Amino acid sequence: MKVLVPVKRVIDAYVSIRVKSDGSGVDTENVKMSLNPFCEIALEEAIRLKEAGVASEVVLVSVGSADIDTVIRSGLAMGADRAIRVDADNDVEPLAVAKILKYVVEKEEAGLVITGKQSIDGDNNQTGQMLSALLGWPQATFASEVAIDGGNAKVTREIDGGLETVAIPVPAVVTTDLRLNEPRYPTLPNIMKAKKKPLDVIELADTAVDVSKRVNTLTVSPPAERSSGVIVSSVAELVEKLKNEAKAI
Amino acid sequence: MSNLVIAEHNNQELGAATLNTITAAIQIGGDVHVLVAGDGADAVATQAAAVAGVSKVLLANAEHYKEGVSVELANLIVSIAGDYSHILAASSTSGKDVMPRVAALLDVAQVSDIIAVDSPDTFKRPIYAGNAIATVQSTDSTKVLTVRTTGFDAAAAEGGSAEVSSVDAVSAVGSTSVVGRELTVSERPDLGSADVVVSGGRGVGSAENFKIIEALADKLGAAVGASRAAVDAGYMPNDYQVGQTGKVVAPNLYIAVGISGAIQHLAGMKDSKVIVAINKDEEAPIFQVADYGLVADLFEAVPEFVDAL
Repeated sequence: MKVLVPVKRVIDAYVSIRVKSDGSGVDTENVKMSLNPFCEIALEEAIRLKEAGVASEVVLVSVGSADIDTVIRSGLAMGADRAIRVDADNDVEPLAVAKILKYVVEKEEAGLVITGKQSIDGDNNQTGQMLSALLGWPQATFASEVAIDGGNAKVTREIDGGLETVAIPVPAVVTTDLRLNEPRYPTLPNIMKAKKKPLDVIELADTAVDVSKRVNTLTVSPPAERSSGVIVSSVAELVEKLKNEAKAI
Repeated sequence: MSNLVIAEHNNQELGAATLNTITAAIQIGGDVHVLVAGDGADAVATQAAAVAGVSKVLLANAEHYKEGVSVELANLIVSIAGDYSHILAASSTSGKDVMPRVAALLDVAQVSDIIAVDSPDTFKRPIYAGNAIATVQSTDSTKVLTVRTTGFDAAAAEGGSAEVSSVDAVSAVGSTSVVGRELTVSERPDLGSADVVVSGGRGVGSAENFKIIEALADKLGAAVGASRAAVDAGYMPNDYQVGQTGKVVAPNLYIAVGISGAIQHLAGMKDSKVIVAINKDEEAPIFQVADYGLVADLFEAVPEFVDAL
């Protein structure tokens, strides 16, 4: 079974975000970029499926310009067998990304798609579910445990009230939550090997997907700042202030 | 304009998040209809019909809607979507699961996690874990929205008198079966809608030590939360996690105990009305958002806090 892992390049999770002063967006110039953390978890899960003999090949796919190749190589260094980049702008919307991914899934005849539940830039949490709908496949979102047995998958999902386990046939789309696994660090030999792994480029025109924007961003602003509070010296003072000043208890 | 709100429920009770979603629909303007899809969910439909501002409740009862499986629910929503300009659900795990499916099947974009309605096509939403707020305009004819419940007050649960009408179920896909659920059973209020939340972090040190947090919560009638670090360490189950990738809460009072205040956590609680931080590290970032900070050892301060109440 071939596993397709769609990934996204994002601003590194540890970089503090700066909103541009003209309100046009978030500053991405000279900022460290990385694989989206949820996508790393998805990739790790796919690699483990291959190591367990369940998956035959792990194919990483991403949508964007040649700018994202470095991050794609870091995914190859983790252990993906090869990669596909669909050449497009770096800000294609989730619905168009899902349509592009559908093209790739069908071209590759993938048997399973594992992807992150959301990217930490747009925080949309849409692409996996959209892809699943477009393919007419079942979905299991927010996975914290994945077990594949022949043509069936059992996926434990993190839901608001606790955990839920669903049984679905494969092919299917699985999206990953935080506690599915801990992604490995690429080793130096694997980083060297990744440089030689295939990274094929597909032209956007080949997918015949219209990527024109459906949602226009009018402005981006920093969040409202909280005014700084006070440090109290004792529990007694804290309780007094909560009762009489904040009237919160 | 006409709004369709997808109800959250367990076939018996209407979920609190639906009330906030209804408020967002009221702000958009026009009719507000609520879809209750379940199995024997008539009581939920009756509750939804009583919510102020709701003009009609659509009830679809079928066995394949019992567990809220998104593949089934999405097809039902799409079957009636033609009547609506806006389709809304709460940004809960079920809303997030089903709505992108609906959007894709309708070939429209989804606007996720709205926190404000500027106009019927323009919304505010947090991006980058709440470190930036985007104002976005949807150009699609049907707007598919998920609603961050902390951005909108709850609609009044009483005062409405909408009619309830049945809608036909769509035939089952049958691909997905729910084979198990481990739901947290708690006497405490629901974390997402509690008036007071007491959360513990890595500083609490163990699952056993969380009893200290729980004692304070019980004294205050509060819900218990946890930071990602505490959940990852196994101190508390995943559904207690407050943060960008867990639950986003905005209670009247949020008490953070032994939580350093990573960006991820702050994104989930910084809209709380009053924030209290108790941490022994005076440099902890949590103090920058706290209204009241106490630099102290939580193992001494929290029991003292309980005794003082």
